[in-house]
Amino acid sequence: MEFDLPLIWAAIIAFAILAYVALDGFDLGVGIMFPFVSEKTDHRDMMMNSVAPIWDGNETWLVLGGGGLFAVFPLAYAVVMPALYAPIIAMLLGLIFRGVAFEFRWRASQKNRIWWDRSFAFGSILATFAQGVCLGALIQGIHVVDRSYAGGSFDWLSPFSLLTGFALIVGYVLLGSTWLVMKTEGDLQTIARKFAQRSGVLILVLIGAVSFATPFLHPDYFTRWFEGPSLIFSVLVPFFLAICAGILFIGLRRKQEIRPFLAAHGIFILCYIGIGITFYPYMVPPSLTIWAAAAPEKSLLFLLVGTLVLVPMILAYTIHAYWVFRGKVDTSGGYH
Amino acid sequence: MFDISAIDLARMQFAFTVSFHIIFPAFSIGLASYLAVLEGLWLWKKDVTYLNAFNFWKTIFAVGFGMGVVSGIVMAYQFGTNWAVFSDKAGPVIGPLMGYEVLSAFFLEAGFLGVMLFGQKKVGPKLHYFATLMVAVGTLFSAFWILSVNSWMQTPAGYVMNDAGQFVPDDWIEVIFNPSFPYRFVHMVLAAYLTTAFVVGAVAAYHLLKNNTDKAARVMFSMAMWMAALVTPIQMVAGDQQGLNTLKHQPAKIAAIEGHYEDYRGAPLVLFGIPDDEKEELLYPIEIPKLGSLLLTHSWEGELRGLKSFPKEDRPNSFIVFWTFRVMVAMGMVMLIVGIWSLVRRVQGRLYDDRWLARAAIVAGPTGFIAVLCGWVTTEVGRQPWTVYGALRTAESVSPINAAEVATSLLAFIVVYFVLFGMGVFYMLRLMSKTPDGDTDHETSSLKRASGLTGAPSTLDHSGH
Repeated sequence: MEFDLPLIWAAIIAFAILAYVALDGFDLGVGIMFPFVSEKTDHRDMMMNSVAPIWDGNETWLVLGGGGLFAVFPLAYAVVMPALYAPIIAMLLGLIFRGVAFEFRWRASQKNRIWWDRSFAFGSILATFAQGVCLGALIQGIHVVDRSYAGGSFDWLSPFSLLTGFALIVGYVLLGSTWLVMKTEGDLQTIARKFAQRSGVLILVLIGAVSFATPFLHPDYFTRWFEGPSLIFSVLVPFFLAICAGILFIGLRRKQEIRPFLAAHGIFILCYIGIGITFYPYMVPPSLTIWAAAAPEKSLLFLLVGTLVLVPMILAYTIHAYWVFRGKVDTSGGYH
Repeated sequence: MFDISAIDLARMQFAFTVSFHIIFPAFSIGLASYLAVLEGLWLWKKDVTYLNAFNFWKTIFAVGFGMGVVSGIVMAYQFGTNWAVFSDKAGPVIGPLMGYEVLSAFFLEAGFLGVMLFGQKKVGPKLHYFATLMVAVGTLFSAFWILSVNSWMQTPAGYVMNDAGQFVPDDWIEVIFNPSFPYRFVHMVLAAYLTTAFVVGAVAAYHLLKNNTDKAARVMFSMAMWMAALVTPIQMVAGDQQGLNTLKHQPAKIAAIEGHYEDYRGAPLVLFGIPDDEKEELLYPIEIPKLGSLLLTHSWEGELRGLKSFPKEDRPNSFIVFWTFRVMVAMGMVMLIVGIWSLVRRVQGRLYDDRWLARAAIVAGPTGFIAVLCGWVTTEVGRQPWTVYGALRTAESVSPINAAEVATSLLAFIVVYFVLFGMGVFYMLRLMSKTPDGDTDHETSSLKRASGLTGAPSTLDHSGH
């Protein structure tokens, strides 16, 4: 039996990126909400403490997504990164601003802590927006000639990519707020629930807008969405999306704590599947397919062996880490 | 000023970001192992001094590790943004190695770091120790893979080329354990251990000068000085071995390091001079006859090739590597002197009483960082003009991007790194200046408190007063 290694790898990379979005999404969302939460209370401390032990692990999935792309689809990596130069650099800078804040916040004097709060919020917003812009720019397509990027410096910038950038901010707020509903109590939980309700409504509107625009970006997308066998997904995805939205809003109203978080992730996964349908079989639309971008078989196979052994172990100790820090967070959760 | 090309800027950006980045792993590889040793000693001997030292360094580790993580992510993506052609061509070989670094090292560190930093009250001491060990093992795995990648770029092996001009892996064992890998790996890990030892030694010395009965400071100083005395000579042997390996595989780099333009039989050892690549001669040389050949070929009359025997376009910049190499060696000498000095005082039973030794240890605190930086510059600039030595030129590796983009991002990195990491270093120094034994009064007495570590802080505790 022949294994279609490039396809297997496309699935693994897709999983890594989804894992990144699902995991780092909520801790970025927590950062985005920072400016809207009073600094006079201990709410920010609790928000920070709720993600401090796990954010680093969450972010590592981004390195796996990027590193994996480099390893098994080097050509895709080599055309996407220059094409998205500015938003990628912006994302990296954003991640620096927020990443250092986790520790620095506790090292600064009370008076100066506000600067690290700002750094955390600014970095989270910038990184998220940049990721959303990258997504939009990818959907729009990247101009490739002779194994290299052939477009201009600002091809990534368009009303559509700005829309996806803004949508991702709202989406991460939904993930972050439902996370806080689950991890906190009292006032902060009430605030988080309000955030979840509002961002939930807004994200549905934005998903609608992005979905409406996408099929018109490229004739291929239109065909893929509305003709042939994938039409069935085009019907099922919105259907499940409606169910997730229902669970989210009912859960929030009934003050359930875990279900809204799961429903929010359901919404993300469904959107992700929608993007997957749009992309397939391209690695970089509209010109590089999964097979054209793949590394030689020896590279794919070598890393696959390790991935099959190591990823289950990673998942196991990641789940364990989450288990260790289960339950409601309090201000004494840190070691500071 | 305005005719700087995208490639020059991309090189500057890489040099800048990687130089900043290397500081943190060099420190965290050593510190992670040190933390594992301290916690192990605490569990074994039940002496709270070790626990105090552990907690003291744990916080500093957390600050440094955060900076290492974020500056490392920049490195991972920079291959694609600035060096896209290199990524396309070399990706099939080095990509999987870096993939293994992520899978076996980054996740391990990140997954257990949270437990190590925040989990002392939530998991038992054995599991906590396991987490500390995993963080330390993760840093070593990381060094293993990234040094394998770098060594492959220096001494590529185990590949064939395909029609698209890509390096295609042929034998993974040859790729990973390429000819220079074992030497570089050993040299770098020892460098990380020494870097950490000298920082620990300097901090301990600072506290000893204030109060030489501070138990934690004594333990830290003693351990650091053992490292200095024992590992510095080993490191010199490792460096010598790497030098021989480089002579075998990258003779042009050695010629540039030595400042030799002519071929020699019985080459002198150049102590100082100013290499001039334009005139192709070493200005104002101070030399010891024959010693260069003896050191590098282990024979008085051994033959060394000079830069002139390589085409001009295949030579590295001699001025840079000549000087960075000498600074690195000088740092090694300082380390050796401190190590031997401490050994003498230890034998005399006066290790903690020699105030001049303590002062010297403080001055020697940054020697590891300087040596690591200079060593990397030597080896990386010495690899030029190639990204993959002898196979892919740096000039052919760069992305199709314009200079303005790279210049803007370079400027942004410079500003952000100096501001944010500058603050980070400031916070680390402030943490280092806190007394390691500081709150023993109310902490040693209670085992419960000790196992719970720093316990629940009020917000006032981290206000820095």
